[in-house]
Amino acid sequence: MRQFILRRFLYSIITLLIISITIFSLVRIAGGDPARLYSEPGAREEDLARLRAQWGLDRSYPEQYFSFMANIFKGDIGQSFQFNRPVRDLYFQRFTASLQLAGGALIFAMAVGIPLGILSAVKLNTWWDSLGKTIALLGLAIPNFWLALVLLIVFGLYLDVLPVAGKGGFSNLILPCIALGWYFAASFMRLTRSSMLDVLGSEYIKLARLKGMPEYVVIGKHAFKNALIPVVTWAGIYLVLLLNTAVVIEVIFAWPGIGSLLFSGIFQRDFPLVQGAVIMIGVLIVLANFVVDIAYAYIDPRIRLTR
Amino acid sequence: MVLASDPAPELSVPAPLSATRTLLSARLRTVREMPLLAVAIISILCVLAVFANVIAPHDPTLPVENIEPAFFAPPMWSEGGSSTAILGTDFQGRDVFSRLVHGSRVSIIVGLVGTLVAAALGTAMGVLSGYLGRWVDTVIMRITDAWLALPALIFAIFLATLVGPSMWNIVIILGAVFWTRYARVIRGEVLSLREREYVKLAEVAGASKVRVMIRHILPNVMNTTIVLASLTIGVVIIAEASLSFLGVGVPPPAPAWGSMLAEARPTLLTGRWWLTVFPGLAIMLVVLATQIMGDWLRVKLDPQLRNL
Repeated sequence: MRQFILRRFLYSIITLLIISITIFSLVRIAGGDPARLYSEPGAREEDLARLRAQWGLDRSYPEQYFSFMANIFKGDIGQSFQFNRPVRDLYFQRFTASLQLAGGALIFAMAVGIPLGILSAVKLNTWWDSLGKTIALLGLAIPNFWLALVLLIVFGLYLDVLPVAGKGGFSNLILPCIALGWYFAASFMRLTRSSMLDVLGSEYIKLARLKGMPEYVVIGKHAFKNALIPVVTWAGIYLVLLLNTAVVIEVIFAWPGIGSLLFSGIFQRDFPLVQGAVIMIGVLIVLANFVVDIAYAYIDPRIRLTR
Repeated sequence: MVLASDPAPELSVPAPLSATRTLLSARLRTVREMPLLAVAIISILCVLAVFANVIAPHDPTLPVENIEPAFFAPPMWSEGGSSTAILGTDFQGRDVFSRLVHGSRVSIIVGLVGTLVAAALGTAMGVLSGYLGRWVDTVIMRITDAWLALPALIFAIFLATLVGPSMWNIVIILGAVFWTRYARVIRGEVLSLREREYVKLAEVAGASKVRVMIRHILPNVMNTTIVLASLTIGVVIIAEASLSFLGVGVPPPAPAWGSMLAEARPTLLTGRWWLTVFPGLAIMLVVLATQIMGDWLRVKLDPQLRNL
């Protein structure tokens, strides 16, 4: 186990290194002159030259990369010129709001996806199953931002029962959580269904049935618990994804989270902000993957050997 | 479409058929088994995209003339609508239907070419990685893992802010973001193909590595590539729409579905529902159709992927 953790840890470090190299070199290749990217549009030429000297952009690429990495390790992922504050502070300032939204969306997704997945696995090839499959398909096909807009029109405008924007009470959370969690509800449904089908086909379920246990005990007590293990581990990854990729939903509902921060970075051409946020997101996701891998290996010892 | 009018030749002749005849009937059967609705939607979309100039009644970038009201005319069936603009007009008085028709071009081009770029790059990387092994494998797979770790939309947003908005930039960006999925799956497939006897034989016979990869490995992973491509095309279309919606996709005068939704947003709560509903419906139908086609192809071409 210790060896497994060590190996996974090393992989995570390598992954982070490659992400940083990717970001660093893409900026140099595609952006041309970082001084121009990092400064406000329309900056004067002598100011740009001063910036280049100050940031050491006249040095060689490897040297630049090492100072870039050193800064990241010091926790400095850049300074937003729009807010004139470190990107790290801005990111964590928005963190709670995003966490609320992501948590709500995750609860919605699990509440819809898991029961549906179980139903469609247990009642395989009935109309419950068809309903589940249709929802799984629609989950992929309906873009979340369109769902958000339609929900706004229906509940915010015509029915006029829910607030349309901003952060406030519980009612402010309902629409964005549904819009954001929709895609993940479909994912949970598919995950639960296939995991449940796996378990239902196994020997110990057959034995439980042969022993004459009532069906609800077989499903509720024996199958459900084991089928839920992969679903719950995935929930961890999904939470991190929901936390960081809700850009469009946060913009539509004017939710003051990480997504809106990223959007204001795009909109104001605040490049350091965009880059810093992407680095933060990369770090968090690699971290989440690492934790989930370990948790998975802890639950299911076979994984330690195969990878 | 084509299928309904075709007679069923394979039922009529039980006697031995000529080789071409059996092939033909097998092809026809394949066509007949296709999911009808999905095929219909995709065909209609293709016709719209190809003949957009003929089908669209108005210029998608200019206001419709001689219409009351000049802006925000509702669809023809609702009160105050006119048959000049069947699905209504937008905030500049442009015809929504014409914009939708022209927008299908953007979605199709970005969806198809973006998927093609991703599939080609990913398959090539997967074959190289799986067949050559050793350090090539290590390097490619580490990069794949790292790029997969970044959420697709966030990565695409980052790239789009770097290079600036244009349709072809978006195509390249989406190709660069989505190739990793192919590389991962194809590599796994190549690892097992590499051990097959016909590959070993080709190697013993002195075929070069390049020849083995192109002639012996590549044709055998094409099915997987096609299935993956048909399943990701919808994701690519939605990604384009999201980027356009955020303003880093296809730039404004061009009628992309995502930008139409973005333009509808400021007036969303004033009751102009047609500006929001139709572009979104269009995206949903197309993605749904490609998804159903993809599922069908998966079962058809690759039994191993059935449980994916």
